Amino acid sequence: MSTTADLPVAGAAAEPAAVPPRKRPAGKRQLKRGERPRSASVLIHGALITASFVAAFPIGWIAWISLGPDKTDYLHPGDIADKISFENYTTVLNDTEFLQWFVNSLIVALGTCLLGVFIAASSGYAVSRMRFPGHRQLMWTFLVTQMFPVAILMVPLYNILADMGLLDTYWALILVYCTTAIPYCAWLLKGYFDTIPQEIDEAGRIDGLSPFGTFYRLILPLARPGLAVAAFYTFLTAWAEVAYASVFMLSEEKYTLAVGLTSFISQHDTQWDLMAATSVLIAIPAALFFYLVQRHLVTGLTAGAAKS
Amino acid sequence: MTVAVEGGSDKTQRGAGPRPGPRPGPISRFRQSYNRNWYAWAMVAPVVAVIGALVLYPLARGIYLSLTDANSSNVGKTIGVNEIPDSFSWVGFDNYTEILSGGDHQFWPHFTWTIVWTVVCVALHYGIGMSLALLLNRKLRGRTFYRMVLILPWAVPTFVTVFAWRLILADDGGILNMALEWAHLPTPPWLSEPFWQRIAAITVNTWVGVPFMMVSLLGGLQSIPSEQYEAAEVDGATPWQRFRHVTLPGLRSVSSTVVLLGTIWTFNQFVVIFLLFGATGAPEAQILVTWAYRLGFGQDPRDYAGSAAYGVIILSMLIVFASFYRRWLARNEKAV
Repeated sequence: MSTTADLPVAGAAAEPAAVPPRKRPAGKRQLKRGERPRSASVLIHGALITASFVAAFPIGWIAWISLGPDKTDYLHPGDIADKISFENYTTVLNDTEFLQWFVNSLIVALGTCLLGVFIAASSGYAVSRMRFPGHRQLMWTFLVTQMFPVAILMVPLYNILADMGLLDTYWALILVYCTTAIPYCAWLLKGYFDTIPQEIDEAGRIDGLSPFGTFYRLILPLARPGLAVAAFYTFLTAWAEVAYASVFMLSEEKYTLAVGLTSFISQHDTQWDLMAATSVLIAIPAALFFYLVQRHLVTGLTAGAAKS
Repeated sequence: MTVAVEGGSDKTQRGAGPRPGPRPGPISRFRQSYNRNWYAWAMVAPVVAVIGALVLYPLARGIYLSLTDANSSNVGKTIGVNEIPDSFSWVGFDNYTEILSGGDHQFWPHFTWTIVWTVVCVALHYGIGMSLALLLNRKLRGRTFYRMVLILPWAVPTFVTVFAWRLILADDGGILNMALEWAHLPTPPWLSEPFWQRIAAITVNTWVGVPFMMVSLLGGLQSIPSEQYEAAEVDGATPWQRFRHVTLPGLRSVSSTVVLLGTIWTFNQFVVIFLLFGATGAPEAQILVTWAYRLGFGQDPRDYAGSAAYGVIILSMLIVFASFYRRWLARNEKAV
């Protein structure tokens, strides 16, 4: 905080620059608006580098540990440098169900992503554009669904899914994850749609598009940043969820990665090296997805947060 | 184009059309609104169906269970071809009185810890997120790079995060304790003693939650018009005054949303604690949600009724909080 607080002082001090700017020696030249003294820059960069280090360290650390071939290597991280190998990765890929779990997770996460974002977008659009009776209650319901603790829904959901014969299927998880992801995404997207001018809809209607057509052909393409963030959020929710997945997926070949990794802990008691390699492999798709959408992250998220 | 739908020209447009169309009257207005609502309802129907079937119905069922003495030994199940019917019975509010009177010696300690946990975590999320957003909002070399690295914790699946932190915090030979030892500082047992477990949980959750706050607030900062800052500067406002009177009000709507969501999410933060200490970890570090899960799934016999009752209590607390929060926001809005 202190770094942020004392920066603009420099700007303020530079304000009486109504005096025509004179040439000064490089070190002490008058600062223009928006410029800051070198010391402030150093402080900012220092703070950001520290924060970046804290943010990246655990990830880098796990990647490092995963390269050590012995399961006690995490105790002597320094030794890994001499014997880097990808043995853990080949073990995980060849000797475990990893690929099967990976595919399961991918199906569930992408399914949730597609279904969830589409449903969230259409309802967000409806709430944003149409004043139908009940739209206020709907938004309130969305907020309330965010509050549902896992514990209260778990048993009933289990029974419902069992009755529907969906236990141990991908649909069970996709549907359940949709219930957590859709409300937030609908909120977010409603905010985003609010920032798209109504005139566009009206123009579309006059050109003979139905409300669905307007939504589909005109608004969705314009809302791409918002959709990207919603997709990112949904994907991550589904990709990383543990509690439901471990209760609803019964057979080992239907496990998602989250469940698989937890079963790893119990099966291969504290095989940290394999765990680390698995973790890295799990993080990669999420990181890729993140990389694809990060450009839109700031705009997409804020339109939603600012307006809802 | 757009003029055509505006009030006055609307009539001319219709009159000019080949079809005379119904005279604007109550019937057509009703028809119009029906048409509009029909589309709206068609668009929200999937959400209503999904939420109704998978949230509201289970909720009702959960509330019902919380009023019984259901557990895994008396709930109906199917073993092979034999169907065993439910045999639990209605007990009214017994579960609630048991829990709230402190009869299980678990609720109030967990309640206090959950409140502390939520307040500390959200304060840290918001404070750190805000500082980083302010830094990133400046003109800066390498800004994109910093932003990407700082968002990274958000992109990593939580169980990977937690596993990484377990390696770092491990009591025996975790890198953090090695570093502390090297610096001749005390090496706390992060993962085995309740007090340090709590500190560890807060640390990890802060690490996980900051990026969301940071990105939201960064977006909020970018939407504040720079003229406001210039005007404040011309008026001679100090940096602190500018932050207080331009930045904070400009961020109000973003802040109120993310704080509300952050509170709800942290209160219900299941994964971090569950994975950090395992399903059978020390009860002291469990928040209400993980404790409820443990009652319902982590022990034998599984206490479904108790778990559901905890769930209902958690939900009611959050709803009460949210409505007070919104009212408080609305009042503040008026006061300004």
